[in-house]
Amino acid sequence: MYGRKVKFRIIFVLLFIITLALTVFLVLKSLEENVVYFQSPTELKVLPELQKKKIRVGGMVKNDSIFVNSYELTFVITDFKNEINVIYSGAIPNLFEEGKGVVAEGYLKDRNFFSATKILAKHDENYMPPEVKEALEEK
Amino acid sequence: MFKYFEPNRIFSITSKAPRYVLFLFILILSIGLTEALVFSPEDYKQSHAVRIMYVHVPAAWITLGIFSTITFLSVVGYIFKLRNFFLIAKSLAPSGFVFNIIALVTGSIWGKPTWGTWWAWDARITSMLILVLFYLMYLIAWRIYENNDKAFKITTIITIFGIINLPIIKYSVDWWNTLHQPASINILSKSTIHTSMLFPLMIMTAAFALFSLLIFLMKYNTELIKIKNKGLDRL
Repeated sequence: MYGRKVKFRIIFVLLFIITLALTVFLVLKSLEENVVYFQSPTELKVLPELQKKKIRVGGMVKNDSIFVNSYELTFVITDFKNEINVIYSGAIPNLFEEGKGVVAEGYLKDRNFFSATKILAKHDENYMPPEVKEALEEK
Repeated sequence: MFKYFEPNRIFSITSKAPRYVLFLFILILSIGLTEALVFSPEDYKQSHAVRIMYVHVPAAWITLGIFSTITFLSVVGYIFKLRNFFLIAKSLAPSGFVFNIIALVTGSIWGKPTWGTWWAWDARITSMLILVLFYLMYLIAWRIYENNDKAFKITTIITIFGIINLPIIKYSVDWWNTLHQPASINILSKSTIHTSMLFPLMIMTAAFALFSLLIFLMKYNTELIKIKNKGLDRL
């Protein structure tokens, strides 16, 4: 029905897409640690050496871990396997709360202490009106 | 089948359609906006900032949908040499481009009060920015090469490069740690958005789709008039 040229064009397009997809896949795979926006406390624990450069660590703010005094704020980021203590002074986003997601940007002091220069709140995928939230909590 | 289409017959339909589409668009948009801004509840956590989502998410969906359609039309058009497909793809691109920018800007406006930053170089946001650049390249390529065979080939190559980015946009939030939250609306698993919020979201999506259709028809009519002026009755 269709001529040889049409078949060649189909093969050409398919090869083009496959080659491109594979290339992009390999590049992303090898750059994985730069593609991720933040690392979890567990990933930081297994680092072979402490990094001097600025990094981001993310996870949940541990319940009852936020302490505020006149010049700084400390809290614990947990991924429910490992934890890291964070010290920070500066503005915090509205959604920063215990039990909610957070991303802290800054420097590792040692394996357990992180000095943050910026705090971002991570929003999760749950959207609901307040009444529904209350009803869920009562259950 | 599509090769010898008649611009005059198509034009007689597409030249009348915009006024009806415009009417429907205004109707659906006003319902959508009242639902989104007045009747829908505020979110338990982000309160009224959730209303930005009713523009942000439909815009992102439409822009991804349009890019997929453009790629499909270009590839099929290239393989079977269907010039009409390229004209449809070309006419779809501007609204896709505009919605991509809307998605990025509204995301930024939402990000400041919720995340605490206007911009983050995370995988989802960066890949959406790359998509804007592909749209831009695509539109500029048409300007440079005008309607000839070279334009068809070059725009097809641009769409194929761009389409690789689409699964990255979709799955970036699942594959890597990103600041952007994962999808709330899932086809296979349970959605994590309350029905009272899903409803305005769907209406706004319909409104935006109609807007894209409207812009598409206007662009497409221009293309058909161009062909008529050249005195060709077929492409």
